[in-house]
Amino acid sequence: MKNLFNKFGERLNRVSSMKLTLLAVLSALIVGAFIIIVSDVDNLRDGDVLGAVSTVGSAYWALVVGSFGSLRAISNTINSSTPLILCGVSVAIAFKAGLFNIGATGQMLAGGMTSLWVGFAMDGPGYVQVPLAILAGAIGGAVFGAIPGILKARTGAHEVITTIMLNNMAAFFILWLLKTDLFQREDRTDPISKLVSAEGRLPRLFGFMDGRADLIAHVGFIVALGAVLAYWWFLKKTTTGFEFRAYGLNADAATYAGMHVKRLTVLSMMFAGGFAGLAGAAEVLGTYGYASTNFAGNIGFDAIAIALLGQSSPLGTFFAAILFGALQAGGRQMQTNSDVPIDLIIVLRALIVMFIAAPLLVKTIWRTKNATIAAGQTFRGWGS
Amino acid sequence: MSTTEVVAPLLSLEQKRRSRNVGLSLIFLALVSAFFLSARPGDAGFKLVESFTLVLPAQPFAQALAVVLGALGAVQLYRGFGKWTNVVLAFATAMFVVGFLAWATSGGSFNLTGMLQDTVTRSVPITLGAIAGILCERSGIINIAIEGQLLGGAFAGAVLGSLYGPWVGVLGAMAIGVGLSALLAVFSIRFKVDQVIVGFAINFFSLGLTSFLSQRVLTPYPEYNIVKPFTPYAVPLLSDIPVIGVALFTQTYFVYISVIAVVLTTWFMYRTRWGLRTRAIGEYPQAAGTLGVDVLKLRYRNVWIAGAIAGLGGAWWPIGTVGRFDQNITNGRGFIALAAVIFGRWHPVGALTAALVFGLAEAIQLKMSNLDTGIPSEFLLMAPYIVTLVVVAGFVGRSRAPKAAGQAYDASK
Repeated sequence: MKNLFNKFGERLNRVSSMKLTLLAVLSALIVGAFIIIVSDVDNLRDGDVLGAVSTVGSAYWALVVGSFGSLRAISNTINSSTPLILCGVSVAIAFKAGLFNIGATGQMLAGGMTSLWVGFAMDGPGYVQVPLAILAGAIGGAVFGAIPGILKARTGAHEVITTIMLNNMAAFFILWLLKTDLFQREDRTDPISKLVSAEGRLPRLFGFMDGRADLIAHVGFIVALGAVLAYWWFLKKTTTGFEFRAYGLNADAATYAGMHVKRLTVLSMMFAGGFAGLAGAAEVLGTYGYASTNFAGNIGFDAIAIALLGQSSPLGTFFAAILFGALQAGGRQMQTNSDVPIDLIIVLRALIVMFIAAPLLVKTIWRTKNATIAAGQTFRGWGS
Repeated sequence: MSTTEVVAPLLSLEQKRRSRNVGLSLIFLALVSAFFLSARPGDAGFKLVESFTLVLPAQPFAQALAVVLGALGAVQLYRGFGKWTNVVLAFATAMFVVGFLAWATSGGSFNLTGMLQDTVTRSVPITLGAIAGILCERSGIINIAIEGQLLGGAFAGAVLGSLYGPWVGVLGAMAIGVGLSALLAVFSIRFKVDQVIVGFAINFFSLGLTSFLSQRVLTPYPEYNIVKPFTPYAVPLLSDIPVIGVALFTQTYFVYISVIAVVLTTWFMYRTRWGLRTRAIGEYPQAAGTLGVDVLKLRYRNVWIAGAIAGLGGAWWPIGTVGRFDQNITNGRGFIALAAVIFGRWHPVGALTAALVFGLAEAIQLKMSNLDTGIPSEFLLMAPYIVTLVVVAGFVGRSRAPKAAGQAYDASK
């Protein structure tokens, strides 16, 4: 076995970071397979190790088929990736400025609700209503995201605490909002919102194909692509983007260079909130067409892993989100086909992040050389 | 850092502003009592012991409270309480909470002692998680993985507790905690991976694995997920004291253990050689290393101990309360513990205080859903988070973390 690893490793001697990523994914899949086998109590009790091993095969095959195996699978992957990309960019842009945005969930809820309101309260042609609703989502998220930024700039309250608190507050606030006459659906008693008017829904990406209502991917994906592009352009081409990076790399240097760091703190959280708000808008206007209490799900937290995996770079974050989205879509198929619970993909995601973060470990396991990968930049720590 | 000279005068400015904030908040609380809390007539009954219910007339109490808080606020604004500020603030907050509860219960009655008991019970995992955080961060390792360690501990506690009894469950939970923290240690110390990344990866790993195993193993085999939880143990004599006896001394072992953990950690941290060295490697490892402290070894050891404590905190769910494990049973308590670390300024006693505040918030949340107060329950449920936000922003402000937290140690630098 060791020999095999050696030989495989030699071929990969000149490893780029892309190959390192692939090796990390492969390592994660191997550990995942081990977990599937060990937890297969039924087969192992009967001493049927082969049966347990074959479960792995069918589970992973379902993962592939469910994420890229058909047009429908691809559409599911795109749909799952859309909010992940937007929230990933949200966390990444804060990381670039040295801040830790745990609040993407709350910002998503805020943005989703504002866009929802525009979505059902307005009457108008779609080409007016949809952009307005999306814009409303970005603004709602940005305003909500600016709160921890302002608190940090003015009082020094750490964003890790304030964003967690704001997440909880947003969850309860939305629970209340969804029971008000303004938002609650007329014929319902549970907290669920009115429907976005048909004109206000985001058009489906594959809407041109007749009779394929199962292709649920929507135009939010284009918005997400635009966000990635905007993020790249902002970082690389604008003065404020440069200031963000400088502030994130060395706050003291940025201060002495005369940058207005309080402004940067507020701006970065505001931008982060805006991107997360777009994710909320995409979910509400595109995927669901209404809001329930937990339309943000775990996306805000997954986004942290995505930004870490993508090292906060625009392209890296994008691909990481696609990978996570594919796992999500494939995971549902896996659960149906092989009754391996979908929670396995959370394990896989964690392992991938861990292996990517520790190139030294991957190099040791696979005996590769020359593989270097810079650790992504995260937040500044607990100080100011 | 070179900014020290610049920061010094700013700090006193900040202190002035903070002292002003305290005064303004007291005035604000006084106004709330005067115009809001005094709006509901009726008596509030606080059941203290079986035979005695303290009856508090809600309206006069709120009015008196408004006068007292207003006076305190005026004094604070006029000349400040100096080093007594925190005591005054704590007293005022406690009285305000009583006033709030009187307002909420007016015309009815509720079991105050029970709520206090609940507060202490619910603070346990947050306290233990926060101590785990403090131990790591004081020695220079950022521990974001508290949530994952709690969750892993809860799972192990449930499974091993079902198979071999609660005490084995507790030990197993601690072992899993150590295992997960060993991951944190190896990755951040040996492989020098960004500690935040490893921490988050461990959280996901733990959440994923426990959910996966719970669905794949515990659901079809429920016999692995039924623990006989600890019953409260009444401390002889002490538990006979009214109110306090029930709130503090009629608890499960977890409460006693967590208090002992706070005391021991404080003592070790500030009174022993180990503690001095720990604080040194968290502040300036190079200097400690030069003086012959084995930085890496001490970091490993502290992170392991922290893992055991967090695992113990996780065991509280199955063995201290419900007797079973459910997916994501910790539900973000590890992050609340992280907030308690910062809130308590990296001091075990501070963290315990913060944990009690969060515990009280949870206890009140449970009670509030039964009381009819006229304002939507969602806003009451939101209150503890708003309070935390206001306290952190208004009074705690910029906190001083261990300087080396988050940085890998390289002896050659």
